Amino acid sequence: MPVVTYISHDGAINDVEVASGTSVMQGAVDNMIDGIVAECGGSCSCATCHVYIDDAWMDKIPAASEMEKDMLECVLEPESNSRLSCQISVTDELDGLVVKLPASQF
Amino acid sequence: MTEPCCIVIGASHAGAQLAVSLRQQGWEGRILVIGDEPFLPYNRPPLSKTFLSGEKHVDDLLIRPEAQYEKVGIEFLLGQRVVEIDRHNKTLTLSHGEIFNYDKLALTTGSRVRTLDIPGSDLRGVLYLRDINDVEQIRHFIGPDKKAVIVGGGYIGLETAAMLCKLGLAVTILEAGERILNRVTVPELSAFYTRVHNEEGVQIETDVDISGFGGQDRVQEVQCKDGHVYPADLVIIGIGVVPNTELAEAAGLVVENGIRVDAHCLTIDPDIVAAGDCTNHHNPFYQCDLRLESVQNAMDQAKVAAATLCNKAIQYNALPWFWSDQYDIKLQIAGISSGHEELVLRGEPESGRKFSVFYFRQDKMIAVDAINSPQEFMIGKQIISKGLKVDKIMLADSSVSIRDLLQ
Repeated sequence: MPVVTYISHDGAINDVEVASGTSVMQGAVDNMIDGIVAECGGSCSCATCHVYIDDAWMDKIPAASEMEKDMLECVLEPESNSRLSCQISVTDELDGLVVKLPASQF
Repeated sequence: MTEPCCIVIGASHAGAQLAVSLRQQGWEGRILVIGDEPFLPYNRPPLSKTFLSGEKHVDDLLIRPEAQYEKVGIEFLLGQRVVEIDRHNKTLTLSHGEIFNYDKLALTTGSRVRTLDIPGSDLRGVLYLRDINDVEQIRHFIGPDKKAVIVGGGYIGLETAAMLCKLGLAVTILEAGERILNRVTVPELSAFYTRVHNEEGVQIETDVDISGFGGQDRVQEVQCKDGHVYPADLVIIGIGVVPNTELAEAAGLVVENGIRVDAHCLTIDPDIVAAGDCTNHHNPFYQCDLRLESVQNAMDQAKVAAATLCNKAIQYNALPWFWSDQYDIKLQIAGISSGHEELVLRGEPESGRKFSVFYFRQDKMIAVDAINSPQEFMIGKQIISKGLKVDKIMLADSSVSIRDLLQ
């Protein structure tokens, strides 16, 4: 099963197994990782699952939809590697993915 | 001495979050969640959307898989109903008589559909949409060329209409008021959604007074007081919900349109908290008492309630927000617009499918309805929660980027 590494704003590292087809957001929620709130349950409505994708993985992840891009421009502290984790589906190719969690979601 | 036990009544959004938050906040005792449905806590919003369409299955709806709860020692008792709380002896009783002791109790009992009791409402095919079982029943009656009548033009009714229309049914919405979304929003939004549903082929009738449902062994028509009849293979009634407060009331807790809780989600009993749709609480933004039917409120209150049970004093002060997906339209609402004195439109509600409405009271923004306008929603949320001043002329000008208003 692919492993995703979630790094909290304070540096705490959580390596968790996330089944293929599951979103990066759901992987965090399932494993009770603080820092991904996911109020809307994954319907791209709330932007409370904002993460920063590790640079090494940016080009392996499909591009964001217009709706997601619009939301990302308005999150607190947006960066070029910002994504909504509910919109990223884990695949075998993403085994080892590293995401950082913003301080604002704690 | 046995370890302390916290019982959560209601395997709901709020119940699931509360149990998990208890562990995260350091509760070391037993956690038992009792739910009357046979399922682990699940996401309800997809019920009227991707679950109805068959795209999602029960397992996809679960908020967390079973193994994750087991990992942190959260126990479930499902398909069981609590019938009595004895606050004096700190026990509760299940419908078959079993008694449980609790040290702390959390009420996350949610709400249930408001029912329509008129002739024929017990016919097969007259249904509601609140839980997994409801949708599984609805599925028996859907198919291309079938006729569906939705009773009630609220958000649930509209979302269901949109999905049934997409599935090929001929859909009619019957609304008792003079416009759809009458109770919850302004005429501009009602007019917009009426236009969109009409464009998609859904018929909307307002000021309709329903007298009953007709049919032999299953519903065949909806009958109105003025003699009008609407043929139907399926009727879905969506006329609101009522909070599940009977247990709390019988136990002597204060109930006034919901279980009364303070800013810490505590009831008048220092060992009993409540969270979610079933509570009535004071909202610091609007300085009024509210009962909210939303995922946001369920989750945020649950976290506060869990902290309270762990003797950590956190206050609930989240800005309410809501969303609704219909066809290709995402509506995001921040704040509560009731009591507004002025509204500012950004974009054209009369044409297209993208605009927003900002609501003001005493020159302060109190709410925003954003249609396919996520930036307006996100920025609006910030303006409202921080109480920022905005230039209304610039706000109304959609050629000015909404983000520039914050600078």
